[in-house]
Amino acid sequence: MALTGIEIFKQLPKTNCKDCGFPTCLAFAMNLAAGKGELADCPHVSDAAKETLSAASAPPIRPVKIGAGDYVVTVGGETVEFRHEKTFVNPTPIAVMVTTDMSDADVEAKIKMLDTLVFDRVGLKLKPEMVAVKDIGGDAAKFSALVSKILSIKACPLILVSASADSLKAGAEACGDNKPLIHAATAENAEAVAAIAKEKGCPVVAKADSLDALARLTEKLSAAGLKDIVLDTGATDIKKAFEEQIIIRRAALRKLFRPLGFPTITFPCEMFDDPMMETLAAATMIAKYSGIVVLSDLKGETVFPLLLQRMNIFTDPQRPMATEQGIYPIGNPDENSPVLITPNFSLTYFIVAGEIEASRVPSWLLIIDSEGLSVLTAWAAGKFVADAIAPFVKKSGIEDKIKHRKIVIPGYAAQISGELEEELAGWEIQIGPREASHLSAFLKNWSAA
Amino acid sequence: MAFETPKINYSGKIREVKLGKSKNVSVGGESAYPLYLFEGENPNPPKIAMEVFDLPPEEWADAAIAPFKDVAGDPVAWAKLNVEQHGADMIALYLVSADPNDKNMDAAQAAETAKKVAQAVDVPVIVYGTGSEEKDAEVLAKVAEACEGLNVIIGPVQEAGHKKIGAPCIGYKHAVAANTPIDVNLAKQLNILLGNLGVNADNIIIDPTTGGLGYGIEYTYSVIERIRMAALTQQDAQLQQPIISVLGREVWKCKEAKMGAEDEKYGDPAKRGILMEAVSAVSMIISGADIVVLRHPETVKLIKQYLKAFFN
Repeated sequence: MALTGIEIFKQLPKTNCKDCGFPTCLAFAMNLAAGKGELADCPHVSDAAKETLSAASAPPIRPVKIGAGDYVVTVGGETVEFRHEKTFVNPTPIAVMVTTDMSDADVEAKIKMLDTLVFDRVGLKLKPEMVAVKDIGGDAAKFSALVSKILSIKACPLILVSASADSLKAGAEACGDNKPLIHAATAENAEAVAAIAKEKGCPVVAKADSLDALARLTEKLSAAGLKDIVLDTGATDIKKAFEEQIIIRRAALRKLFRPLGFPTITFPCEMFDDPMMETLAAATMIAKYSGIVVLSDLKGETVFPLLLQRMNIFTDPQRPMATEQGIYPIGNPDENSPVLITPNFSLTYFIVAGEIEASRVPSWLLIIDSEGLSVLTAWAAGKFVADAIAPFVKKSGIEDKIKHRKIVIPGYAAQISGELEEELAGWEIQIGPREASHLSAFLKNWSAA
Repeated sequence: MAFETPKINYSGKIREVKLGKSKNVSVGGESAYPLYLFEGENPNPPKIAMEVFDLPPEEWADAAIAPFKDVAGDPVAWAKLNVEQHGADMIALYLVSADPNDKNMDAAQAAETAKKVAQAVDVPVIVYGTGSEEKDAEVLAKVAEACEGLNVIIGPVQEAGHKKIGAPCIGYKHAVAANTPIDVNLAKQLNILLGNLGVNADNIIIDPTTGGLGYGIEYTYSVIERIRMAALTQQDAQLQQPIISVLGREVWKCKEAKMGAEDEKYGDPAKRGILMEAVSAVSMIISGADIVVLRHPETVKLIKQYLKAFFN
């Protein structure tokens, strides 16, 4: 079982030399215990200590990097089965499948979608990030030409998919420094593929159709000196894939079963022919533990819902999501549009902004920094009270944008209205509905006059 | 190193609740996490309830209203269409006409509509008020009376008005959808309060409140997971109830579900809305919802096919 930070600390040099990048040996030890970082980051640790610690200190699911430079994705590194237990850390990259038997135009169209499908969302950029390149027929020259072509259109992390070691080698060479994920080492070709992965320093997929065989295969690859491994059970049935993903995650976390302590890859593109069902398979794999999902195609209507779901599932539940303080115009408001204010708990912001939008009444929404607290808790904590709101409203610049001087506060904060009226001279304080769902009716009856 | 599947020690079971006028639809009964069919029982696959509104919907996405344009304004015809054509396992009737912030129509009339719909279909009917504490107390009490003998599910029953709505549900023998704001402890507390009032646990469905996709669905996802964990592994009897996720309404309210084709990168508008709904439904089913409330017939088709892949 995993060692505690203190147990690890006892084995360290205790010199606080900072060579590992941490201020103290204890900080380094705590980090290792949390499953982040590697013992090898400490250049001074004794061999004896290394032996005792290396097995226990490695993260239960190894984080694996694919790509290079600005185009790196990290998969794995997860430490829980349920997001509320801590958080999920590395959002499942979405890859699109491109094959050597596709026309140039098809290939270009698919790759270009990686640039098209970029969505801005409260400070996040949501996008699919990878390409899986599949060799049909085992022509190494054709395969490496396709890899080069893709990288010339878009520098992005690649997955090289071939049954032929020659193709994989040619493909990896065409990637240069951009370290692709090599798919796949199997029981039959493990030596040859392991040699390529080792030579090129690339992560490699271990593929076998039972968990037992998969564990044996990763032990073999590990023995050959490979560390960065990704698991593929080859499941094309969603029920089987679901079960395997759960068992792999559970074995890695609950039993610290090292041979399955790696991220996984699944292929929703092989589970259903219908793109809509494929999307639901991908949503299932994103929620239940796939490290990477590969889709047959990237379309706005399929990818956008998946990106939203992925963002939600991988949001850190320990941190109240906060929206940035400021003025949010909704639906092109003008000088006669209503002004509303609410605290910066993201869920509050989302719901209020959504309801304003649904009302189709263009409005100014002021978001005040309440340290991510919602209306009642922010009020109770003194973050959503008159002497915080008044200076914010004055400094926000909203007075230059509107002619009237009316501001709507949430119904649950009605008790601050008197004080706010005093602090915010010249403004009329209006009490909005308690529930955001009643905002639409409220705004429709609102008038600046 | 031989590989052995690590086991979860399930010590609890979800209560099986029978719904409908002939009690012919069962939900719950799980003895393992949702869809974890390899290690426990999920005897009743999740059910799909389809929305019906008692007024013609306003400001719906084109794709959402198109399948219902002939029945909008006729809740009985709408309910029948959903059951007969689209295969709805249940009907979720929203009495929006009574909304005090909108039309504020008569409670008796809304109750009459509920009765007609519940009489017209054989599947269980969920009757939802508007969420306004005062008006729901009036409307839903009347619904309970009007629907005597039809065994409907009445909601949202919230803590504030739980006595006023809960009592007639006991008297006229209806199930309740116990609604709390995305919080495990509040869900448990409301179930205790309903129990104290005399509502039998065989008549309680948990409605933990559902956030929209991209608008807080993760809070619901985790609350449902935590409710299931407490119920199945910590023997928390008050949380061993089936769960309903009221998601159609939330999803189709999002701006991205309503947007047309003006921004190319969002793809086909109809399919986008349907997939936002279907991806939400999958997420809710995976977290532990026993009933998902859906709007679009195509979403219903997709989710049926999805469930079939697990429960074949």
